[in-house]
Amino acid sequence: MRAWLTALLLAMAALPTRAEEVVLGLSQDTVSISTRFEGSDILIFGAIKREAAILTDPPLQVIITLAGPNQELTVRRKERRFGIWVNADTVDVDAAPSFYAIATSAPWREVLSATEDLRHKISIERAIRSVGAPSEVTDSENFTEAVIRIRENSGVYDLRESTVTLRESTLFDTRISLPANLIEGAYPTRIFLTRDGRVVATYATEIDVRKVGLERWLYELAHQQPLVYGLMSIALAIAAGWGASAAFRFVRSG
Amino acid sequence: MQVYLPIAEVSVDAVLLLGLGGIVGMLSGMFGVGGGFLLTPLLFFIGIPPAVAVATGANQIVASSFSGVLAHFKRRTVDLRMGMVLLAGGLVGATLGVMLFNYLRTLGQVDLLVRLFYVVFLGIIGALMFVESLRALRKSRSGAPPPRKKHTWVHGLPLKMRFRVSGLYISVIPPIVVGFAVGVLAAIMGVGGGFIMVPAMIYLLGMPTKVVIGTSLFQIIFVAAFTTTLHASTNQTVDVLLAVLLILGGVIGAQLGTIVGTRMKAEQLRILLALLVLAVCGKIALELLLRPDEIYSIAARAL
Repeated sequence: MRAWLTALLLAMAALPTRAEEVVLGLSQDTVSISTRFEGSDILIFGAIKREAAILTDPPLQVIITLAGPNQELTVRRKERRFGIWVNADTVDVDAAPSFYAIATSAPWREVLSATEDLRHKISIERAIRSVGAPSEVTDSENFTEAVIRIRENSGVYDLRESTVTLRESTLFDTRISLPANLIEGAYPTRIFLTRDGRVVATYATEIDVRKVGLERWLYELAHQQPLVYGLMSIALAIAAGWGASAAFRFVRSG
Repeated sequence: MQVYLPIAEVSVDAVLLLGLGGIVGMLSGMFGVGGGFLLTPLLFFIGIPPAVAVATGANQIVASSFSGVLAHFKRRTVDLRMGMVLLAGGLVGATLGVMLFNYLRTLGQVDLLVRLFYVVFLGIIGALMFVESLRALRKSRSGAPPPRKKHTWVHGLPLKMRFRVSGLYISVIPPIVVGFAVGVLAAIMGVGGGFIMVPAMIYLLGMPTKVVIGTSLFQIIFVAAFTTTLHASTNQTVDVLLAVLLILGGVIGAQLGTIVGTRMKAEQLRILLALLVLAVCGKIALELLLRPDEIYSIAARAL
């Protein structure tokens, strides 16, 4: 009992640094990819738990990020050589999320300072890690920018400012739509509470994205029994070819 | 109707895939080409990862060629003996081609090499076929009798064999060499190789056009099946769901194509195939020559 009390006291002593805490809810914590998967909307909502009175100045802001599994990428740049466009310089990106969405409760510049972004790696630029460009490439940042540009254009990376609704500095919610082109894995979900550009509380969880049913079965067969899978594909092709031929003969004769 | 493909990990419109398969299958039935040289770039275009597109394309070609060859068997326009000889060379060539392809991939620039191969071979073959079939068409219009087959150096080689269906009595060396060369090219370019095989059979071996198509389809089945198994077992890049959709469209297209093909004159068929080959060649050449909209490209890192 005494030990318990001491622990509680210690916890309360530590409280001032984390005076505000996130209590989170998700509309779903797993996303199932079936054959008819067409993307999914995830509702992320929560409340801010606090012991003290609400501090309204500077105002509280919320940032929510949802990231896909990291991938290693090779980025190539074309150059004109001997009159034709060929891949010339190459930069490897060590880790870039396959999907990245950021939702904020206010315009970006009001919610986060550059130093805090650097520390917590929140913005799209910071979420991509690229080290060690080959020595002949002097402008590796152009390659990282290209990744962001290409993926923003295809909607895989998305910064949605002022899309988190925050009520009474206590209740917040946002909706993030996942595209149909998802890859499997754990999707880290992070919530940041900020005041005056500084992070005052964080919360992290994961959304599990996985293939189910036929998708799961085919994927596992292809990777665990590749030869069987290959032969099955050919057998299927032959059967379909023969079936169609027979069907046509039947239609034309009858 | 969107469908999520388990290996490609993208979601695409099923109707679009059925349509693509149908068009390519129709060409397959009409011309005796597998259609890979057309299907693979089309799949890139709708967002299928290149490795998956190449491997799955090979699987689709098995189905459409099989469907097509059955129609040709019924019409007795398949030279089985010639097909076997070509295939023997083809399988050896394909194995060597895959090895060469993997070696080039470690050097980088394999993408450029494939494109250059496409431009050069499609260009040469398309132009030759176009000129030759125009000449033939003009001759048949003017009513002059077709020229008699000439004796060339090909007929002086040893190991002669009689190919009854083709009406040929020639050495087995040229067909084996043709099969081998096409096998190598097919593996590097990721296609069945029909568009090289068909003109080679007509112009190098002197086979009649009607027999060429069925025979080409016959040997493509095996080369494509071989490639599919190789891709599935080494790279896990065959997407069966994608293949099934392409096949469903393809087998129907192939049957229609065979019917259309038999109603047309051989010269007309050849001119159409030549134009198609030249069009694809021109498109790839333009991509190499014009400044691309986006000079950067992203790929999963090669291991």
